[in-house]
Amino acid sequence: MTDTTTATGLLALHETMSVIRRTEKAAHDLFMSGLVKGTTHLAAGHEAVAVGARAALRDGDYAFATYRGHHHAIAWGATPEECLAELMQRSTGLNKAKGGSMHLTKAESGMLGSYAIVGAHLPMAVGAAWSARLRGTEQVAVAFFGDGATNIGAFHEALNLAAVWRLPVLFVCENNFYMEYTPIGAVTAAEHPAAGRAQSYGLPAEVVDGNDVVAVRDAVARAAVRARAGDGPTVLEAHTYRHYGHSRTDPGKYRPDGELERWLERDPLTVSAHRLREAGTSGDDIAAAEHRAAAVVERAVANARAAPEADLSEAFTDVWADGGAAWRT
Amino acid sequence: MADVTTSQDVVTYRDSVAEGIAREMRRDPAVVCLGEDIGAAGGVFKTTVGLFEEFGPERVWDTPISEQAIVGAAMGAAMTGMRPVAEIMFSDFLACCWDYLANEIPKVRYMTGGQVTVPLVIRTANGGGLGFGAQHSQAVENWVLTVPGLKIAAPSTPADVVGLLASAIRSDDPVVFFEHKGLLASKGAPAPDGHVVPFGEAAVLREGDDVTLVALASTVPLALTAAERLAADDSVAAEVLDLRTLIPLDVAAVLRSVERTSRLVVVEENPYQGGWGGTIVSVVADEGFELLDAPVKRVAGANVPLPFADALEDQVIPTVDKVVDAVRSLTKY
Repeated sequence: MTDTTTATGLLALHETMSVIRRTEKAAHDLFMSGLVKGTTHLAAGHEAVAVGARAALRDGDYAFATYRGHHHAIAWGATPEECLAELMQRSTGLNKAKGGSMHLTKAESGMLGSYAIVGAHLPMAVGAAWSARLRGTEQVAVAFFGDGATNIGAFHEALNLAAVWRLPVLFVCENNFYMEYTPIGAVTAAEHPAAGRAQSYGLPAEVVDGNDVVAVRDAVARAAVRARAGDGPTVLEAHTYRHYGHSRTDPGKYRPDGELERWLERDPLTVSAHRLREAGTSGDDIAAAEHRAAAVVERAVANARAAPEADLSEAFTDVWADGGAAWRT
Repeated sequence: MADVTTSQDVVTYRDSVAEGIAREMRRDPAVVCLGEDIGAAGGVFKTTVGLFEEFGPERVWDTPISEQAIVGAAMGAAMTGMRPVAEIMFSDFLACCWDYLANEIPKVRYMTGGQVTVPLVIRTANGGGLGFGAQHSQAVENWVLTVPGLKIAAPSTPADVVGLLASAIRSDDPVVFFEHKGLLASKGAPAPDGHVVPFGEAAVLREGDDVTLVALASTVPLALTAAERLAADDSVAAEVLDLRTLIPLDVAAVLRSVERTSRLVVVEENPYQGGWGGTIVSVVADEGFELLDAPVKRVAGANVPLPFADALEDQVIPTVDKVVDAVRSLTKY
């Protein structure tokens, strides 16, 4: 694991965030040019949550993400090419073109899926943490979810069970202040939709600057230490902002004038570049990292475009563990 | 219900549930149980008696009344190396965690392109006959049948409970395991050591040339009793098939039987509308049309909520009389 407390380590995080940002931009552009169908929920603006959290965790830990999950897939080792190929329905897609934008998964590195039913994956993360405890490992499981998920029953069932069983699970809310098109405050009785509920379950909670990769990394690291020590779950509420609308069809017109601009001043990449300069990293080194990220995504787009379409036989594979789809004799 | 008890019939269906789970927990440390009141209490239906005492709190976990957390946690554990056996107390309550059965568990392997497997079992007490009223009595195996990606078992005998549980728990696929409340007190021969009943193999429990009765779980003893009465009163030889699992569905066995009998009656407790018998008869109509000498009949639950009073409940669920009448209507055809 890279030591992310050094300037070199921080530059690596900046570069990964830059890869994610450019992948999201590419996904957006490919959508507009008709090469991506269905829908996408872009995570531009949320990069620091994914990258900061991953930097604080170990290989072998588990992550569960949402339909806005491209950033987590990449933070957990999926390549931009695998992700974009999936969006473009290519046979080389991360999920063999059977999942799409909302279900990016990189199981071999512990990223166990992106789930598109709001809140459903929180109990799964609890189960993965339970499994780690049963198997006697030091693994932790993290559920990343939006502010909107805090008003669904599965959130509360998951927090309660995790607290009662004192499991090594982290609940990381990416509070971007909008539940789809509605301000979260307009539909939530708690000031802090995630952190404000933790107390009810006797869980420690922190509100974190979700646009500062270092702040996220440090908060997740503290929570992971508690989890690995057997001290149970933590709720983190990372404040962040999505640069695009909720989904592909949403221009985000409901957001008040100037709000996006104010958040862009606190863009995660701007914040990390500032931290890098403070740590003595040269502007040239930062620019070089961003150029590398751009080159990776440029190649990813080209390769994904050139990849073969989805393999038709895959429609009838992977229902069952034997690889097939037979339901009768 | 058939009085077919013999001197070999020494174990109950109820005790066989705990026995089947215990056998798998002894052979595989990855098997763990979770559910409401399943630990020291032994389950509200006493189907987990003895597990907590034998395996302790690290393998038998009491949960809050949180069906989503129970099934969701089982899913997460199954994806990460465990073989959880989750109990949902009454099958009606599957509706409380339906997202996991409809959207999460059956789809995750497919939509990730085969990246994960979900080897879990959801056990649940299913069906009517005990006067629990509309929200604790439904036969809902047809709910699960609507979802590609779930296997479905519903045993009718104590030995099948053990043998199908062995297959369910060893399966790398998710299984919904229906234990029929009306059968819990019934007795049968004990399962031999190492007993495993493969999925997708219907059992021919009675041979006959005149009509095929296809049954599952509680309707198996009912079909057997009807067959006895038809033999005695009408000299009609009914063949009785116990499907044992709905997915995989042994339609080959049904077609083989219909080839011999040329008549088919499906006996199912779930409602006629959307019941699993519809799938059986559609396959027979499609692939076995020329085998038939009469229309196919379905004796199914009526399309109403389950009423409370015993006499009312009998009106709307399959009974021996209804099966006998259905067969008579076909033999006269």
